[in-house]
Formats: sequence, structure tokens, C-alpha cells
Amino acid sequence: MQKLNELALEKAKTLLANGTVARVLGWKKGELGYDLEPAVFYSESDLEGFIYNAFSGANLSKYLIEESKKEGKVLVFLKPCDSYSFNQLVKEHRIVKENVYTVGIECQGKLDVKKLKEKGIEIVDGVIENVDDVTVISLGKEYNFVKEEVLLGKCSVCEKHLLSYDEVISLHDKRTPKLDRFEIVKKLEAMTADERYAFWKGELSKCIRCNACRNVCPACNCLKCVFDNDASGIASKANSDSFEEKLFHIIRAFHVAGRCTDCGECSRVCPQAIPLHLLNRKFISDINRLYGEFQAGEDDVTKGPLTAYTTGDAEPSEVFGGNK
Amino acid sequence: MQEIKKDYKPLIVAFCCNWCSYAGADLAGSSRLSYPAEVKIIRVPCSCRVNPTFILKAFQRGADGVIICGCHPGDCHYTSGNYFARRRMSLLFSMLDYLGIERERTRVEWVSAAEGAKFSAVMNDFAKTVTELGENKRLEDLRCKN
Amino acid sequence: MQRIGVFVCWCGSNIASTVDVKKVAEVLKAEPGVVISENYQYMCSENGQALIRNAIKEHSLTGIVVCSCSPRMHEATFRRTAESAGLNPYMVEIANIREQCSWIHKDMEEATEKAIILGRSAIAKLKLNAPLTSGESAVVKRALVIGGGIAGIQSALDIAEAGFEVDIVETSPTIGGNMAKLDKTFPTLDCAACILTPKMVDCAQNEKIDILTYSEVESVKGFVGNFKVQIRKKARFVDEKKCTGCGECMQKCPSKKGLNDFNMGLNTRPAIYIPFAQAIPNVAVIDPEQCLKLKNGKCGLCAMKCNVNAIDYTQKDEIIEREYGAIVVATGYKPISLENFNEYGYSQYKDVVTSLELERLMNAAGPSEGHLVRPSDHKEPKVITFIQCVGSRDTSGCGKPYCSKICCMYTAKHAMLIREKYPDTEVHVFYIDVRTPGKNYDEFFRRAVEQYGVDYVKGMVGKVYEENGKLMVQGADLINNEQVVIPSDLVVLAAAIEPSPTVRKIATMVTASIDTNNFLTEAHAKLRPVESPTAGIFLSGVCQGPKDIPETVSQASACAAKVIGLLAKDKLKCNASVAHSDETLCSGCSVCANVCPYGAITYVDKEFRLGGGKTELRRVASVNPAVCQGCGACTVTCPSGAMDLKGFTTGQIMAEVDAICKR
Repeated sequence: MQKLNELALEKAKTLLANGTVARVLGWKKGELGYDLEPAVFYSESDLEGFIYNAFSGANLSKYLIEESKKEGKVLVFLKPCDSYSFNQLVKEHRIVKENVYTVGIECQGKLDVKKLKEKGIEIVDGVIENVDDVTVISLGKEYNFVKEEVLLGKCSVCEKHLLSYDEVISLHDKRTPKLDRFEIVKKLEAMTADERYAFWKGELSKCIRCNACRNVCPACNCLKCVFDNDASGIASKANSDSFEEKLFHIIRAFHVAGRCTDCGECSRVCPQAIPLHLLNRKFISDINRLYGEFQAGEDDVTKGPLTAYTTGDAEPSEVFGGNK
Repeated sequence: MQEIKKDYKPLIVAFCCNWCSYAGADLAGSSRLSYPAEVKIIRVPCSCRVNPTFILKAFQRGADGVIICGCHPGDCHYTSGNYFARRRMSLLFSMLDYLGIERERTRVEWVSAAEGAKFSAVMNDFAKTVTELGENKRLEDLRCKN
Repeated sequence: MQRIGVFVCWCGSNIASTVDVKKVAEVLKAEPGVVISENYQYMCSENGQALIRNAIKEHSLTGIVVCSCSPRMHEATFRRTAESAGLNPYMVEIANIREQCSWIHKDMEEATEKAIILGRSAIAKLKLNAPLTSGESAVVKRALVIGGGIAGIQSALDIAEAGFEVDIVETSPTIGGNMAKLDKTFPTLDCAACILTPKMVDCAQNEKIDILTYSEVESVKGFVGNFKVQIRKKARFVDEKKCTGCGECMQKCPSKKGLNDFNMGLNTRPAIYIPFAQAIPNVAVIDPEQCLKLKNGKCGLCAMKCNVNAIDYTQKDEIIEREYGAIVVATGYKPISLENFNEYGYSQYKDVVTSLELERLMNAAGPSEGHLVRPSDHKEPKVITFIQCVGSRDTSGCGKPYCSKICCMYTAKHAMLIREKYPDTEVHVFYIDVRTPGKNYDEFFRRAVEQYGVDYVKGMVGKVYEENGKLMVQGADLINNEQVVIPSDLVVLAAAIEPSPTVRKIATMVTASIDTNNFLTEAHAKLRPVESPTAGIFLSGVCQGPKDIPETVSQASACAAKVIGLLAKDKLKCNASVAHSDETLCSGCSVCANVCPYGAITYVDKEFRLGGGKTELRRVASVNPAVCQGCGACTVTCPSGAMDLKGFTTGQIMAEVDAICKR
């Protein structure tokens, strides 16, 4: 997989040099080996900081909202999941597609830093990645893991493939997930209402309203979020038991319903490890069950399930899945 | 289920579309078909005007039940509004259920301008159901840290 | 600073007997922003409105809340009141404390408390109201009349007379409707054809009127002043422009066994036919189910016989699209099916007929050329028994709960005509009540009894059975308190009438309200009886409720007057409650256009100032206020809350929720 990094870097350098693009949107090395962050590179010397590896989990498409407006083309590397977000943002007219040079890049799942830390790994010196397993080198020691042990939750169930790109960098077929994407949703549905309530109360009580989920979410791309807009009637920060505080996550999930591509960034970035993607996935599961399979971002034209209907749709009284 | 206080009266918010259900409520009135005073109606042009945030806000402010009434599917004054409302409410209600909120606290009913009797019957039934459930504590409590 | 006035109406005792109106006024006076709170017996009366007007001026009110009947009743009234006092009409909110409070609650304390909450909720909403102004839209100066019976004909003639173009769309091959089938008309006994057919000819000759027979309305889009309608012109396999109505083809057609609908199936007609001699248009039509050529390709006699080459077996249905400013629904009625009334033996005995069938049997142009004979053996009946209220005023569920209104009079007419023409015939009439209000109606009925000796028996008929070649009508005579059996030769059933079965589909297309009996609902039962609550849709004739010919014609003309009033305007004021996009919030994501049923939303690239002399070109939604009907679908689909609906803003509804939920 080290080869992918080299190829990507090479591609970036070439396209910058020949003037095809004015800048490159990619991932930048951090201090600890795993703390990569999205970055824009303007020159070959800038690109020294570029890296694509098992920690390049961040979805770059949302950054294109701003980057694609600027002068000149921007090169972006899109993992399979990112390419869905990209399409969705194009559909919503948030990305100027003509200003973007897309390079699809192979991904066999990215690693979850929280899971590594649980396994005692605090610093990463290197990663040897294969399709189904991975070796992490930390302070001179080698740790070998089966992928499922250390993958980000979103990656362990990922069924996505590369959708739209000008070019592609790929050396292997994408691994097929071994877990069912809706397994936990189904488990929750099978619980009693009391149990579900206890579960969610426990999870959502951890929220510190840092807004990381909202800031990273490619579907949360409003110019100004309703929660920041006093006139919307749902933002009222001064009030201690305010509406916003309590129901933020439900409303956020509803706002992105039918538009959420299930990229899983919300859960990845949550500092409190709240499984926020389970809210979105519930909507996705209901949409698939009630209105037919729908994958947001699969293309950039199809109407979303909440902006369409059929006259024979299920009645709200008969839509409940699972246990009462 | 919590114990129900003896004189407990629930607070019920009914969103009614102007053309069918609000007219149905008016017909219930002119036909003197009673339903509990706990039901308070908010007039909206169409069921598709009902934003999930209205419902959540009502719950959070202390409503015990929220009901949305619109024209029968196929009869929408704006041709398609209730079809959109039907999808939205289906997903929202299913989500509330998923969060462990009692599913009987929310309801959608299609009531035409001619169905005064149905309007009254629906409100009586809904009020009874919500009274049996008792006070809504769950949505009020479902919150992030203050 | 807001200065709100609250006006609590007693509605006589309608509100005041259950709601303590003085207390409501007093409590609401204490609400922040409220500077005056009054109560009065009838706020909608001139004095009540004057009270409001004076208060607006005297206290410089910025908005008013009227606690009264439903806004569907008097919102428009109070908006006009406000406007006349110089206040924007949209600075008015109504708290519905009659239909949704005083009329449904009995306990005064409870009802008063609820009225206060509803008042608070209205005040909360009003505080967020903004003055609104209506846009304007042009009016298409053409009307569509759906249905070509006497109602549709009269409406069309009146509208055309005023100088506007009208199209009549009629499903059957000719206009004329049920009235064309009638023999004589009460209470004057002039012949139906003699008074109807000249009107039909007037329609045909009026250059403002376009008659589309054998046609159906396929779809209706748009709104008052601007309807776009698709009409399906069914293939009649005869070129309307060429056919002269000579009738040669009918003579030669070998397939003659089709039931003659015009004669209520009492005789047959050929596969190619003209419904009746005075049909408009006087053009043949081929029944594709019956025509040998169309069914199996063998025949073609009519085409050979036709001197003007009007027959076209390849004709297809045609879809015509037209624009209208107003639509008149005049879909009429049909007698109910009698399958639930086996006790009268209608399906069992040929000589049990409906009144409409009797009309054909007595009509000079009918199957027996006006000679009244029994359908079974073509003999003259000597004893005829009429049974009234067959399926009318029926609460058992077999028939209709309403009175069909026309049966008492036409039965008296039939009885009288029979006694006049065949004096040796015995005529009995079983009735529940005889209802004859109307000019010269009761006199007419009394003539039947007193002058013509018709035997009226008050009571219901239990059953009709055959014995020795007679139809035995067994019923109760309530006045003499005895069971009677009348051996009869002919039994006539006054079947209830019901709205035409097409009306539900049409009501859905034009989004007009319809009641449980499938009659179209008026905008107001008493004060706006010829308008549907849906703007631009008007009601003519029996589609609105049972009525006889004079009443139908009056209503049809009234309906035409309303249509003319609309078409005479060059511009219509649009709905002021329209969607509006806040461009500072809109990100141009385009989901709102996906849910707009009217195509009112488009997107434009607009330049925005960013500060520091910089600008940015941004795609934003733009709503056409003339096209937007204010449903609000876009407001909910918009994730950023940029789209809002004037008059029903998110903030306003949230404020109502808040006010209601405050314990």
C-alpha cells in the first residue's frame, strides 16, 4: 500500500507541474504518525508534507465547497466513500465540478486511532497494510491485526466503490466487508422501547455540543446552520434547557436524511465516541425498506427519497420496524 | 409505564391543514361533536408545512401527544403536499420510536372537510391513548448535557 | 413597539353561553403588547367592525387578534375591516373559539381556559406577523364547463352572452343531459324538448361556445385564472366536420342490438347511431364494442353508405390542451342503481320501471312513440302504482340519507298526465310525505289529487310480487291503519338520484371538496352556494345537491354570474401567503424545486457582497409569487431554513406551539 502513496504524490507533482491544476487537496502528515489532517498543497515543496496511508480517513469532498470556487483547478483524491459525498455535493450545486480534477484512489479501509489506543498503541512509526490485515510499528515493536479489529466502524462495513473520477490509482480489488452495515440498527430495533430509550439517553447525554459532527459532515453544508440562526426558532443558546441542546442530533439526522451517504465521518470525529451514524443509518434503513433501495450520492441527478413520493407509500402508522 | 395521576390531562397539539382537516374540525364544531379541550389546533396551509422541528418543539415544551391531520392522499389541495408529509412523518415517527419514545404519542390522520365525525372520533381516541400513556417525560429528557 | 388589540366576539350566545367572553378579554388584556381588549355581541356586524376600526385608529394598533368563529368564516371580513382602518390586512389573526371551542365543549371553565390559550397563541403568532402585499396574475378569459346538461348549457350560454369564450365538455355524444330524456316538465307541463332543444341549438350556433362532446377532462393543472386542462376527445370514428346527420348509416348498420341508452335501455339501437333526433352535434358515433368492423374487421357498410366519407375507422382518441380562467362543474346526476331494493322486484319484473324509464315510455320520441304500454306485453296498463322515496331518505344504508327533492313533483306530474290521457286508468301513489314547496307546486299536486283523482296512499311498500299476471303491491295505509294490496299492471319506482359517478374524479382533479354523498361542497352553504372553496371552481346544477329544472337553471345562471365576475377582471390579486427564500441563507441546493407542485421555484446566480470590496456569485432560489400557492412543501425540505412561508413562518408556528404548550 506504500506504493499508493508514491503514485498519488507523483500524480500530484505532475499535474501541478504541467499546470493542469493550481493546487492539491490531500492529507498532511502529523506529529504522531496517525494524526493526519486535510490540507491544500500549492507547490512541489508543499507536497513534502503530503501522505496517503491507513490513517487518511478524512473525507475531503466537503473542502471542495470552498476550494472549487477559487481560481484555477483543484486536484482532489477521492476514496470510494468520498466519491459518494462528492456526487451528492455536485447534485446540490455546492461544488463547481468543472473546477475539480478528481483522482479516485484505492482504499482497503482506514484505521481507527481510538481502537489502536485501546490496544496500547500511542505513537505510530509505520504501517504495513495488506488487504485483510495490517501491521502497525510503534516504538520499534510490530503489532499485527486482522483488519476488523482496528478498522474505523464505517470502513468495516463499507460496500462503496469508486464512482466518478478523471483518473484512478488502484492496485488491488476492494476488499468485501465481513460485517452487515445495518446489524446494530437491527439490534436496536429488536430491543424494547425502554431499552432503546436507555441506550440513546446514555449515548446522547455524552454530547458536549462541540459541533465536530456537524462541521465534518459533507451533508451539513448550509451557508448558515439553522442551529446558528436565531430567527429559525430552533436556536436559542441563552436558554439552559433549550430546544437546541436536547434535540440537536435528531434534527441534524433528519436534515441530512435522504442526503447522507453514510460516510461515517460524524462518528469518526466525535470526541465522545457517540455512535451518531446509527441515527443516519436508521433513516437509510427505513428509506430502503419503505421506498426502495436508495444510496445518496450514487449519481448526481436522482431525486432524493424525501423529495419524491408514490401514491401507494406506507402510512405513518404502519412504518415501525422492530420491537415496540 | 408511569402511574397516571388521577386528574391528569394531557396536552395535545394538532396540526391541521387549512383545506381539509381544519375544515373537518370546523364541521365537528358546527355539528357539536365534542372532543377533549386538551386538544389545541394549529392551522397550517398543508400537512407538508409541518416541519419535524414543530413536533419536536411541541414535545420538548411539554406536549404529550402531537397529531398531524391532512387531506386524504389523492385529495391534497396542493395535489402532492400530503404525500411529502406522509414520507416525512413516517421517517420521523420511526426515528422517535427508534429512540425509545412511545410510538403512540405521534399520529397522522387524513381527515376530509366532510369528516367532522371522524375528526371528533380521532381526537377522542388520540386523547384517550395519550392520557393512558401519561406525561411525556422521554423527549423532554432526551438531551445533551446542559 | 407592538400595539395589539384583542376583540372577543360573543357570537350572540354561540360563544358567550360556553365561554366567559369577558374573562377572556380581561385575561388577554394583560398579555405583553396588548393595549386594548374588548368584547362585543357580534364582531362581524357593522357595529362590531366599527368598534374594531375605531380602536385601530384611536390606539394606533399595529395588529389585531379577533377571538371569534373559524377563520374560514370571517378572516376575510376582519382583514377588510383592518384594511379600511389603514392597517395591513395581514396584521390580523383569528383565534377560533367557536367551532373549535364553544361549540364542542360544555364546561364553561374548561372552554374559557381553552379560549384564553387559543387567544394567546394567536397573539404570539401576530407578534411575528409582517405586513404582506399580494402580487398579481393575469386571467385567461375563457371558461370551461364540465357537463352538457341543462345546468352546463345555461351556464355556458350566460357566460358566452357576456362575451367570454366557453368550452362545454360532455362525456356522451350529445349535449342535453337528463332533461333531454324527459317528457313534460312540472309545474307547467310544457314539453322538455320544446324548451331544451332551442337552448341546445343556441349553444351550437353561438360562436363563443365550443362544444366538445364524447370528451372527458383528463387533467387539470394551475389555479384560479390560469388553469391548464387536458381534454380527451374520444374517437367517435366519424368525422364531426363531414357528417351531416342524415342517418343513412344507421339504417344500413347490421349490428342493431345495442341497448339504447337514451331510451334507458328500453329498446335497441345500431352500432352507429345518433342518440336522438335533436342531438347536438347532430353527428353519428360508432360504439366500438358493438361495431363489427372495429371488432373483427368485417363489415364497413356504413362507410360505403356515407355520401360524405365521414366514417373513419382509424380515428384515435385525441388529447386537447386548453387554458381557462374558470371551471364550472356541471356533472349532474343519475338515478341510483336499484340492486339494494329487491323487494320492489325491479330486476325481476319487466313491468316494474323507474320514473325516468316511464318518461321515455310516455315520450312521443320514446320507444313506444308516446303510447303508454307495459314493457312486457306492450298492452296498456289499467292500474298503475307509483312508489315514492325508493332509496331517498333512507338511513338503513341501502339508499341515500337525503331527500332527492324532485320525485314528489314528477310523480304528481306522471299521475296527472296519465289520468289526463287515459282517464280509465287507476293511479295509486305510495308516499312517506309529499313535499311540494315551490312556486305553483303545491297547487299542482292538489290538482293531481282533487281534479284528477289520483289515489295517494300514505305509507311504505313492503314488497311487490306477481300473482295471476298482476303485480301485487303490498303496503301500509297509515291513515286508515291497514295493510293494502293493490293488483297493478305497471309499477313505477321514484328512484333516488345521486351525483354522476365521474364527479369524484373531477373533484380530485380540480381539488374541490366533496361531501360524503359525493355532492360538491359550496364555499359557504348559504352565502356562497355556487362556488367551490377552491378558487376558480364553480358549481352548477345537481352536482352540488338535488334540484329540479327551475332551480338548476337559476343556479346555473348564478354560477355564470360568478364566472363572468372573475373573467371580467384583467388581473387577479395573488395569494399573499407565498414562499420566500432568504438569499443570505440559501445555498442553492435545489431540493425545494423538487417538491414544488407549481414549478414556482427557479434558481438564479446572484452577486453578493462579501465585504472588503469583494463580491461572490452565488446560486440562490427565487420564488415566483404569482405561481406559488403557499403550500409550504419547500419550507420543510429546505435544510438551511432559508425558505419560509409568509403568513405561516417557521417562527410564527413555533410561537404558536410555544404559547399552546406553556403550562
